[in-house]
Amino acid sequence: MCVKWTTVVPCCVFCLIQGGSDDERKHCKLLEAIKHCAPMTPSALIKTKKQLKNLQHNQSTLETPLTRKETERIQREVAFEKTSKEVSRWQSVVLQNQKAEQLVFPLNQEPSGPKRIEQVVAGWKAQTPLEQEIFSLLRMNKQPLHDPVLTPTEEASLRAMSLEEAKIRRAELQKARVLQSYYEAKAKRERKIKSKKYHRVQKKVMRKEYLKQFDEMVKTDPAAALEELKKMELSRMKERMSLKHQNSGKWAKSKAIMAKYDDGARKAMQKQLEVNKDLTLKLVIPADEDEEDEEESAETLPDFVNDAEHILDQVNPWMRGKLSTDPMVQEESNRLDPPVVRPRELGTPGEGRDDQEEDEEQMEETEEEALLRGFEERRKLQISDDNEEAVEISDDEEAVEISDDEAGLSKFTSLFHGLVNNHMEPPADQPKAGPGVGQGESPALLEEGLVRVRTLEDVELLSQDVSASDPAPLTTTQTPGTEETDTQSATQQADKKRKRKKMIDPNEVLTKEAKVIKMPLAPTAVEDVEGKEEQRVIIKEAFAGDDVISDFLKDKRKQEEAGRPKVIDLTLPGWGEWGGLGLQPSRSKRKRFRVKVAPPPPRQDQKLPNIIISEKRDSSIAAHQVCQLPFPFENPTQFERTIRSPVGRTWNTQNTVQKITAPKVVTQLGAIIEPIAREYLIKDNRQAVTGPSINLESDQGPQKKRRSQQKKKHKRKKN
Amino acid sequence: MPTAIKPHRRRSQPVGMTYQFLPEVKKYTTKMAASGETMLKKPHVGKKRKPPTRYWEGTEENGKNDGKKQKEGDNNKQTPQQNKKRTKEGGKRGGAGEKILSGKSDPFPGSAPVPEEKLKKFKRGEKGELPPRPQYKLRDVVVRSEAASDLAQKQNARYDLMLPEDAGFLEGDEDEDTCTISQDDIADAVDITAGAKYFNLTLSQFGPYRLDYSKTGRHLLLGGRRGHVTCLDWQSKQLMCEMNVMETVNDVKWLHSEALFAVAQKKWLYIYDNKGIELHCIRKFNDVLRMQFLPYHFLLATASATGFLQYLDVSVGKEVVAICTKAGRLDVMAHNPHNAIIHLGHSNGTVTLWTPNQREPLVKMLCHQGGVRSVAVDKTGTYMVTSGMDKKLKVYDIRSYRPLQSYFLPAGASCLSLSQRGLLSAATGDIVQVYRDVWGTPVTKPYMAHRAKGSVWGVHFCPFEDVLGVGHGEGFTSMVVPGAGEPNFDGLDANPYRSAKQRQEWEVKALLEKIQPELIGLDPSQLSQVDHSTWEQRHEDRVQALGFDPLAKEKFTPRLKTKGRSSSGKVEKRKKQVAHEDQRDVIRQTVEDRMKIDKERKEKEKKEAAAAGQKSALDRFRK
Repeated sequence: MCVKWTTVVPCCVFCLIQGGSDDERKHCKLLEAIKHCAPMTPSALIKTKKQLKNLQHNQSTLETPLTRKETERIQREVAFEKTSKEVSRWQSVVLQNQKAEQLVFPLNQEPSGPKRIEQVVAGWKAQTPLEQEIFSLLRMNKQPLHDPVLTPTEEASLRAMSLEEAKIRRAELQKARVLQSYYEAKAKRERKIKSKKYHRVQKKVMRKEYLKQFDEMVKTDPAAALEELKKMELSRMKERMSLKHQNSGKWAKSKAIMAKYDDGARKAMQKQLEVNKDLTLKLVIPADEDEEDEEESAETLPDFVNDAEHILDQVNPWMRGKLSTDPMVQEESNRLDPPVVRPRELGTPGEGRDDQEEDEEQMEETEEEALLRGFEERRKLQISDDNEEAVEISDDEEAVEISDDEAGLSKFTSLFHGLVNNHMEPPADQPKAGPGVGQGESPALLEEGLVRVRTLEDVELLSQDVSASDPAPLTTTQTPGTEETDTQSATQQADKKRKRKKMIDPNEVLTKEAKVIKMPLAPTAVEDVEGKEEQRVIIKEAFAGDDVISDFLKDKRKQEEAGRPKVIDLTLPGWGEWGGLGLQPSRSKRKRFRVKVAPPPPRQDQKLPNIIISEKRDSSIAAHQVCQLPFPFENPTQFERTIRSPVGRTWNTQNTVQKITAPKVVTQLGAIIEPIAREYLIKDNRQAVTGPSINLESDQGPQKKRRSQQKKKHKRKKN
Repeated sequence: MPTAIKPHRRRSQPVGMTYQFLPEVKKYTTKMAASGETMLKKPHVGKKRKPPTRYWEGTEENGKNDGKKQKEGDNNKQTPQQNKKRTKEGGKRGGAGEKILSGKSDPFPGSAPVPEEKLKKFKRGEKGELPPRPQYKLRDVVVRSEAASDLAQKQNARYDLMLPEDAGFLEGDEDEDTCTISQDDIADAVDITAGAKYFNLTLSQFGPYRLDYSKTGRHLLLGGRRGHVTCLDWQSKQLMCEMNVMETVNDVKWLHSEALFAVAQKKWLYIYDNKGIELHCIRKFNDVLRMQFLPYHFLLATASATGFLQYLDVSVGKEVVAICTKAGRLDVMAHNPHNAIIHLGHSNGTVTLWTPNQREPLVKMLCHQGGVRSVAVDKTGTYMVTSGMDKKLKVYDIRSYRPLQSYFLPAGASCLSLSQRGLLSAATGDIVQVYRDVWGTPVTKPYMAHRAKGSVWGVHFCPFEDVLGVGHGEGFTSMVVPGAGEPNFDGLDANPYRSAKQRQEWEVKALLEKIQPELIGLDPSQLSQVDHSTWEQRHEDRVQALGFDPLAKEKFTPRLKTKGRSSSGKVEKRKKQVAHEDQRDVIRQTVEDRMKIDKERKEKEKKEAAAAGQKSALDRFRK
């Protein structure tokens, strides 16, 4: 500011000089202006002055620059920090690679071979406007883009239906289809029937049924009844217009001829006329109108009648039921109005009619019944007997749930199996019972098991055995029950004794009771009794000298002694006391200098009286064993567990061996393996993809994967 | 006497016999092994084998099991829910997350379930707990190995459905014992090929015969006491060689293949090839009475009259070890196929167990009151059957060395043999009896019996065939014993139908996989365990193996010096000098150690003092 000011002043001065005298006035003005300025400037002036002074006072020199060494160190430090930061970004990748089961080089290899469609499709994007339009349309309508078969809603619905439901539904559909086919077949068959009488009867029956229903309908549903009535009215009108029931047809004419002689024909004609009368008579009261037209009935009634069809699907429970009793179908039939034709039902008239008529009716009904029965029988003849039986069975179990039915079926099969078994068992069982007491007891003997040891055996077991063998070989086997208590008490006693003596009783060794085996063929060599006796004597003599058991026990004791560590006696006679011939070192001294050794671990054969197990260490195998645990393991059991299952082809399937022994690093032959690139790191951070891990099919597999993925996520967060 | 033979055997290949009955023999009824057929109750054996399960039954069973579980729970209503759950799980397993466009969607997602029982069968050891999370390296290793073993187990269980064959046995009618059915009847009833397996060789001239079947069961070796040695392909009855060695023959044995066999003659052990050419006479092995061949170790174990148990490595032709058993004449011998341990029977009623690695018996069992006449060991290494002079037949569990059953045979059994399926044949005099399941239920009757023409000298079940070979005084008899042989053979191990090329290949592989004799032990899985022995023990073993202590200090021997400097005094002086020097070293070492310890202690104290020096305001109240 000060500089500025100074520059201004000479300028003014210069102006003054240039202006000369004529510009006196201007000069004065300027001075005034300066004077005007003066009260404003002093603070700035002071400030600048101060600054100048400060500059003058500040005499200290600049610091010398850092030495090269120091600057370099600082630079290094900074550089280290920077690079370590950069390098540490690789850490997770390195760790992953270290942990990976298998590494495949070169990196970023695309798997060879054909790709699956979805892989190809997933990468593809709609590019052209047309494609985009199509896709947007599809998306708007929630149509499947990738999976061409099902929409999400369809899939959801599919998923919503469980297997059971689906089964039930299918069974229903199946049943409906079958029913339809039955009805069709039946209708076809009935249409083909030429018998007029049959049709007449049928019609009559239907009519009756219909009336009955109509009565009911009047009570329950008057509106529907009214409609029915209207229909009837319509039919009546039609009848009136036509010439039906006027005895003008072919049949009526023939009847008319016959009517002279035949009572029945006459009656029929009369009836026909009556019908005509009824039909043509217009009546207001609906109750009186009880007959209806055939045509009308033909319209309303389906031309088939409910009846069970005998083709049966054993497996499908829905197919077992009779049609008539199925509630759903019944409803349907009610709607369609086809009454069930049953002779029994026909026999129960419930109409308000004249007695005469009723009588007539009944007469006719019996006729009808007979006719219908005849038809039914004829039909039944066509059907095989087996199916009929099946129907009977299924009749009982209709309208039951699938599972129950299946259970029943399995029960039945099991029953059947049981029967079969019963049939087959006797030949297998009887020989068991045949041989006698000894065998009968065998299961009991089995239960006794291993530990049955007889303690008090005679000294000469051998001779006894021989004697036992010839007269009654079964005696030894027959007395387990009675002997047992004795033997138990005896064993207890023996136990006590053992505790006292801590020695093995020779009688306890070799005491397993022998079962005598019956032989079908006697060996030729040892047949005669005398020979046996002789041999017994010979054996006795032969074994008189050597007591096998006591020898063995001696041997065992010796071994035990040898195995026991010896007490070391370090007493030196004569030290610290008098020594000499006949002088024993004192007891206290002996006690003091005797080195006692810790007792050895219990012998393996401690509880097996007739066994000697060598306690020597077999060192030969030690050379092949692992004696130092490899790195990550901490105790032998961990290591032993990891090597517990064999790896070789002898014990495993080919596939397993390949998976288990997959190499840690796989390289492609001839491919250049380049160092990992920075892009990989970025990609890794984005996707966390490493080499393909060998997926051992196991329960832990997916969990592990998930866990590792989680880890990766964590790392990403940290980074 | 109508009988029903029930051959429950089906083979994928036409091994051996299939019992198909001739139509004219109506008294026999066939019940072929069908998959779902329920087995008849057997008169002898309480155990009831289940029919072989098929893969389509496996899943059903699973379903049933599920049902049972639910019933145990609460309601039967839960069934559909459970099913849903299962399907969901299945979906998870199969990776339902990724949808597959191409092809239909899988109606049964996930892998097919494997039945529990089969999984149990292939279970190897117990799973352990996972190590804690911080030790992630260890955890990774453990998890990976668990997954691998799980996979192996599952796959094995899955592939096991390939072998559903089951054994069938003779079954008698009412009031008929199977043991009364004669061999001729059986041979008449069965088809021609099976019937041809019952035959007699009349060889009365050269006295009682010992016999041996090769590992594949195709070849038979016969050795007559009076020197007659012959080997033949017994199924085609093709003679490979026949000779008389003009010497007493004690025992004969096939070596690893049918190309070589060993004959224990009067004095030495000889090895011949299948043409009858004498390859070796092994003088180190004298007075051999019995032989056993360990196929996976290539070891020929011999027991001699002089009481020596010797092992010959057949692959290199060297004697591995000769052990003096100090138990007299050794004429009873058997080997445990499970762990390759040799069982010897002695005249004092004991049976001893041996390995080539130990000079004393591993186990000594007192089995009989008289001498032991014969010993046989089960294929699985679980049971041992012995017979003795006291006419008893005993069954032992040789894992726990406990007696299971004891039988009294009227004449005592001289020879015993166990089949692959666990049938026991016992020869008493001239009668050969076959028993079923001697270790399970107590047997009172034999399953089959047959009277040989002379006194029986050797019995041997043929591997992979329902055949029992009996060598006796009048020659050889091949008996048909239904249910004796294993129907499923391992084609890479012992293939009865292998060609010459396959045999050669197998031989090379077997040699490469040969197990060293040091690995023989009571527990074959010991190799997979960590050696727990201490350093001292190991050092001791090393010293014993080397014959000297490699870590021992060399004893100082003063050098000989001339000019009177080696006088005894000087020598002594020098010795003392060295001894002093050594002692000084020791002392220095100990002093240094002590100082080190002292220093450490002092430092520790100092630190503590320093820690104590930082007084807090409240320290003044401390007393």
